[in-house]
Amino acid sequence: MRHILSVLVENEPGVLSRVSGLFSGRGFNIETLNVAPTLEEGLSIMTITTSGEEAIIEQIIKQLRKLVTVVKVVDLTELKAVERETMLIKIDADGDKRAEILRIVDIFRCKIIDVSPEDLIVECTGDTGKIAALINMLSRYGIKEIARTGTVAMRRGMQ
Amino acid sequence: MELSGARILLESLVREGVEVIFGFPGGAVIDIYHQIPNYPIKHILVRHEQGAIHAADGYARAKGRTGVCLVTSGPGATNAVTGIATAYMDSIPVVIFTGQVPTALIGNDAFQEVDIVGITRPCTKHNYLVKDVAKLAHTIKEAFFLAASGRPGPVLVDLPKDVMQAVCEYAYPKKISMRSYNPHYEPNPRQVKKVAELIRQAKAPLLYAGGGVISSNAHKELVWLAQNFRIPVTATLMGLGCFPAHDPLWLGMLGMHGTFAANHAISNCDLLLAVGARFDDRVTGKISHFAQKAQIVHIDIDPTSIQKNVPVQVPIVADCRLFLMALKKELEICVSEKTCPPQSDRWIDQIVEWKAKHPRRYTPSDTLIKPQFVIEVMNKLTKGRAIITTEVGQNQMWAAQFYDFAEPRTILTSGGLGTMGYGFPAAIGAQMAFPDKLVIDVAGDGSIQMNIQEMATAVCYGLPVKIVILNNGYLGMVRQWQELFYAKNYCATCLDASPDFVKLAEAYGAAGYRITDPAKVESTLKKAFANGKTTIVDIAIDPEENVYPMVPAGKSLTEMILV
Ligand SMILES: Cc1ncc(C[n+]2csc(CCOP(=O)(O)OP(=O)(O)O)c2C)c(N)n1
Ligand SMILES: [Mg+2]
Repeated sequence: MRHILSVLVENEPGVLSRVSGLFSGRGFNIETLNVAPTLEEGLSIMTITTSGEEAIIEQIIKQLRKLVTVVKVVDLTELKAVERETMLIKIDADGDKRAEILRIVDIFRCKIIDVSPEDLIVECTGDTGKIAALINMLSRYGIKEIARTGTVAMRRGMQ
Repeated sequence: MELSGARILLESLVREGVEVIFGFPGGAVIDIYHQIPNYPIKHILVRHEQGAIHAADGYARAKGRTGVCLVTSGPGATNAVTGIATAYMDSIPVVIFTGQVPTALIGNDAFQEVDIVGITRPCTKHNYLVKDVAKLAHTIKEAFFLAASGRPGPVLVDLPKDVMQAVCEYAYPKKISMRSYNPHYEPNPRQVKKVAELIRQAKAPLLYAGGGVISSNAHKELVWLAQNFRIPVTATLMGLGCFPAHDPLWLGMLGMHGTFAANHAISNCDLLLAVGARFDDRVTGKISHFAQKAQIVHIDIDPTSIQKNVPVQVPIVADCRLFLMALKKELEICVSEKTCPPQSDRWIDQIVEWKAKHPRRYTPSDTLIKPQFVIEVMNKLTKGRAIITTEVGQNQMWAAQFYDFAEPRTILTSGGLGTMGYGFPAAIGAQMAFPDKLVIDVAGDGSIQMNIQEMATAVCYGLPVKIVILNNGYLGMVRQWQELFYAKNYCATCLDASPDFVKLAEAYGAAGYRITDPAKVESTLKKAFANGKTTIVDIAIDPEENVYPMVPAGKSLTEMILV
C-alpha cells in the first residue's frame, strides 16, 4: 500500500543523502520526495511517498527514526490527511488542437501559465489521481515536458 | 582559553577519559600529531590503518569503553573503512578521527581528498565533517555521546587541516542533549509484568542471548534469571561469555554451527526470551521454521531490530540490563517466598538428553593435530579465562565451539561482517586494555596474512599477544563449503606458498613455535603462553577437518549435519 511519510529533519548538509541512502541501501523504494524548510529555523520537512507491505513500511519508519538527524516521522496515511502535488506540463498546442486543450484545462480547473504559438504550459494541482488523469487526457496531443513537485501532505484539522 | 583545533581535539579526548589512541599519521593530521606529545594520551602507531581501527574496536570490546582511532585523509581514511563496517555490524563504540584536506580545497579533487563522510554514511552510526573550529568541541562531545549510548556504534569525525590550525575559545560542553536522538532505555512496566507471567507459565522456556547482553553489561542479571527459574541458555557468537559455560543450563552457541541441544531447544521451546539478539540469518536458519512452537519475547535497545526478521509476540524496546533488573524485581518475591509454580523436570530432562545424544565432539587422532583438540588444550591451560580474539573462518567457529568462555568480554570476534584480519589487531587493542591478561588470537593461515604487518606494532610496544595459527593450508571455511556443496571444486582455496611463520615471527623480533605432533601441543602452548613475548604458534592441523555440526544455508535449525 502507498504511504505518505512526513519526516521532520535537522536542516544540515548531507541530511538528504542520509535519507535517500537509507532507502537505496536497504532496498526500499521512494516514489516521490519533496524537501523544504519549515518556519522553525534549522528544521526542514521531507514528504516521502513509498509503498510496500505493512512490515516494510514499519521498518522504513523505524529506520528513519533511527537516523540521528531525523527529529520526527509521521505516517500520514493512517491519519486523515490532505495531499497535493503540483505539475507543470508543456503540451504541443498547434492549430486546431488548442481549443480542445483549453477545454480540458478548464474542466480540470487548471491554469495556463505560458502561451506560445506552438505550445501551452499548464499548471495543475491535485492529488495523484487528478494528475494522472490530466496526463492521460493530454497525452494524445503530444506532451513535450513534465515537471512535478512530488506529493506534499498535511494532517487535517480536528473535525 | 584560546586553543588551536588540534589542541581542542586532544584536550577533549583527555576530558573524555581517553587513555590510548590507535593511529597512523599523514599530511592532513600532522597538526594533531604535533600536539600529541603534550597530552597524557598514549598513541599506538600501527602499520596499516585497518590495524588501527580493529585495535580500537578490540580495546572497546574488551574494556567496555569507547575506542579511538586517528588516521589521515584519503587512503588513510579508506583503509579504515573495513574496520568501521566491522564495528558497525557488531555495534561497537569507536570514534574515528580522519584528516581531511583544507576546507577551501574540499570538492576540488585535491591531493589525498576523499569524501569519507559520504563513503562511511551507511557504515557509521553517525558522522560529521567539521567545517568550523567553533563547532569542534561540541561535535567531539556529540560523537562520544552517540558512540556509547543507545545501540552503540562507530562515529566518524572528519577534520579538515585548516580547522585543526584555526584557533578559537575552548569550552567543553558538560552535557549533550539532542532533540533528534533520544534512545529509549526503560522497559515498559506492563510489558515486564507480562513477561514475568509468561515465565511463570512456561513449560519449556529458553533464553537466547546476543551481543546486547554483553554491551549492556547484563550478564549477572541474566545468570540470576536463568538459575532461579532453571531456564536453559543459548547464545549467539556475539553473546558468548554472557553465561558461564560450565553451568549445566548452558547449551552452547546456536545457529549454523550451533550445538544439537541449542538448535533443538530453539525448535521445541514454548517461550523464547531473545535478549539483545537480532535474529541474524546465520542464527535462525530457515526463518519460517524458527522457534515455531514458541511465544517470542524480544528485548532490544534498537526498535529496528524488533519485528525485522521474525514476528514476535512481546516486543520490548529497552536496555537489556534495565529490562532484566525490572524483571528480577517482578519475580523476586515468588523466588524468595517459593510461590512460583514448580517447574516440571521434563524440559530440563529433555535438554540433558539432547546434550547426551549429540555432545560437542570430534574425531580424535594420534597422528594428526585436530583443531578442536588445540582449543581444548588452550581451554585447559587458561581455564576459560584468557581473552580470545579470532580471525574468520573455521578457526573462529572452533574457538567459539570448544573454548568454555567463563566471562563476558572475553571473546572478541567479527560476528556481523566476518572480517578476516580482525583478530590480531583486536588482540593488540585488548592487550592495551589489559596489559596483564593473556590475550590469544585464534587464527587461520589465510586470515592472519591480512594484517600480519601488525607484528611490528605488537613487538614495538612489547605486547605479549599470542597468535595461534590453526594452519590447514586452506581458506578452510570456503573449502568446507566447496567440499559439501560445490563438488569438491577447491578453486582458489588452497594456500600454497604461505611463509614460514616461525621465521617470520623471528624476523619481526617475536617468538615463533611450530607444532606438528599432537603430543607436543600442550607443552608448546604452555611455553608460548608463559614466555612474555609477542608470539606466533604455527600449528599444522588436519587440513581437511570440517566444522560440525552444520546447518546448510537455508535449511531449518534441526536439519544438521553432525559428526
Ligand atoms: C576480508 C575477507 N575476505 C574474504 C572472506 C571470505 N572467507 C570467509 S572464511 C575464509 C577462509 C579463511 O581462511 P583461514 O583464515 O585460513 O581460516 P580457516 O577457515 O582455514 O580456519 C574466507 C576467504 C572474509 N570472511 N573476509
Ligand atoms: Mg586456513
